[in-house]
Amino acid sequence: MSSNNNTTVSPGGLPSRRNTELLMLVFAVVIPVFAYANVGLAKDETLPAGMLGYGLGLGLLAGVTHLAVRRWAPYADPLMLPLATLLNGLGLVLIWRLDQEPTITTDALGGPMAPNQLMWSTVGVALFIGVLLLLKDHRLLQRYTYISMVVALVLLASPIFVGTEINGARIWVQIPGVGSIQPGEFAKIVIAIFFAGYLMVKRDALALASRRFMGLYLPRGRDLGPILVIWAISLLILIFETDLGTSLLFFGIFVVMLYVATERTSWIVFGLLLSASGAVFVASTNAHVGERVDNWLNPLDRAANDGVTETAQAMFSFGSGGLFGSGLGQGYSRLISGIAPKSDYILATVGEELGLAGLMAIIMLYALLIERGMRTALAARDPFGKLLAIGLAGVFAIQVFVVAGGVTALIPLTGMTMPFLAQGGSSVIANWALIALLLRISDTARRPAPAPAPSLDSEMTQVVRP
Amino acid sequence: MSELTLTVMRLGFLAVLWLFVIVAVQVIRSDLFGTRVTQRAAVRRPDQAAQRRPQQQQQPQGQAKPAGRGRQRRGAPTKLVVTEGSLTGTTVALQGQTITLGRAHDSTIVLDDDYASGRHARIYPDQNGQWIVEDLGSTNGTYLDRGRLTTPVPIPPGAPIRIGKTVIELRK
Repeated sequence: MSSNNNTTVSPGGLPSRRNTELLMLVFAVVIPVFAYANVGLAKDETLPAGMLGYGLGLGLLAGVTHLAVRRWAPYADPLMLPLATLLNGLGLVLIWRLDQEPTITTDALGGPMAPNQLMWSTVGVALFIGVLLLLKDHRLLQRYTYISMVVALVLLASPIFVGTEINGARIWVQIPGVGSIQPGEFAKIVIAIFFAGYLMVKRDALALASRRFMGLYLPRGRDLGPILVIWAISLLILIFETDLGTSLLFFGIFVVMLYVATERTSWIVFGLLLSASGAVFVASTNAHVGERVDNWLNPLDRAANDGVTETAQAMFSFGSGGLFGSGLGQGYSRLISGIAPKSDYILATVGEELGLAGLMAIIMLYALLIERGMRTALAARDPFGKLLAIGLAGVFAIQVFVVAGGVTALIPLTGMTMPFLAQGGSSVIANWALIALLLRISDTARRPAPAPAPSLDSEMTQVVRP
Repeated sequence: MSELTLTVMRLGFLAVLWLFVIVAVQVIRSDLFGTRVTQRAAVRRPDQAAQRRPQQQQQPQGQAKPAGRGRQRRGAPTKLVVTEGSLTGTTVALQGQTITLGRAHDSTIVLDDDYASGRHARIYPDQNGQWIVEDLGSTNGTYLDRGRLTTPVPIPPGAPIRIGKTVIELRK
């Protein structure tokens, strides 16, 4: 935080850079359209019929978001919106491309999903505009610190009571007429607001009241309270919802924000120890989580249904992709069972059809988006904005790491979606809202300060006659 | 569709994807040079001072260039130099803005000095461009040469202003 670090970074007289954003947005819409053409030519040797529709739809969404940013956040970061648009567009292409595979687009599996995804993206963009329009100053959120806590806990806990279990994880809530939503996706934003507000008030107590022991600052026992409570809640989520992803995200974001707020490395050490011990404990007691860990350790063993494990299938698709991939529309990721290639394993499709080069490009896009979030945190002038920006960027980063790590078998697979890329309504809506919040903070941070009011002392003294 | 066309499209798509990444990095690069990185022990200037000069990264010791523009009088001081105390060597360009001194984080010069108050003193130009120093009701007082300030006083060139252990001067 600005009070006791060694450098300060402040924005200079930046131009608003909206024109740069517009150019990048055009680029970000052209790339997915190119991808549509590529898929169509590879599969049917003609330009696909839906290409114009999806291209226009994406272009329209991009145009509307750009106008909204121009109108309500004119000084915001120029890169976040194009990056999000490109990822969303590529996600639409990949889902549409997988819809072309008849074996995984049966009615039993929900039919084609790209039209729905486009609709959910539209809802996401509407929420994005809504946030920019209604939230004129991110500091207003500070007032709702403890309300956010309650809302986040309700969202996180709701699947336990009213949720439905799909593929062994209880993370969905059925809403009649709308479909199923994943409250965890929205909870991650709300929880970042709560942590930012809470840590802004408490960080001095957490940072200063500590003893030094073997090069580490040990916090006092009572200051350990919050981290232990959060740890216990995340373990409860893991046990009752068997959702490793949300649990990791929830605990990870707390440790990240605690570290940023207090600058104490000891919190990271504690966090890693706690999460490791918790993970080992749950993996050895809970069957579903244990199975995931087992698949991760021995991917080539026979799966429970006597077939090949999904982890192994994902690794096969990365392997068959090689360095430059098989080309869009020419892969075999449909062989991964069910609709998994459209949601959890969409990165496997990327890895197979675009190869290592394409996968790295996608990961670079995520890295750039996260970097812009961190950058926003550096540039923000108020402590709440700094913590909120780092929290939102951290949520995004942890989510990308958990999913990409799971698909590439670096860590056990968890039930989370790749932000923007993977099929899933809640995810795309929540992530558009997250980007809107980051843009709002970035707009405040990069806005030139108003000219100082003329000092009264420098005015000429005047004689006032009656 | 021939194999060749598809191969060209496949590699072309990867190239376009990476081109986007590279262009994005270029945008970030041009953004970087619009910001200032200021080391601690150097000067913290309020943001409006930074807005006036969009420029390269600042040198660690806060070597501000003399402004030499605006409606300044001939022979008027162009910079403020800290000559004693923990911030020795720090300079701030005088550009017609008010300079606040104190331990408060939003001061132009943040004094790391136990004898300084949160908002200790300020230095500002009057309408003739003459620089004035004013004590803001500090606990331990502001001294110009030997005398403790009670009212705003014009600063003679080269006169030391003492705040706690810190001494500053205005120089041409």
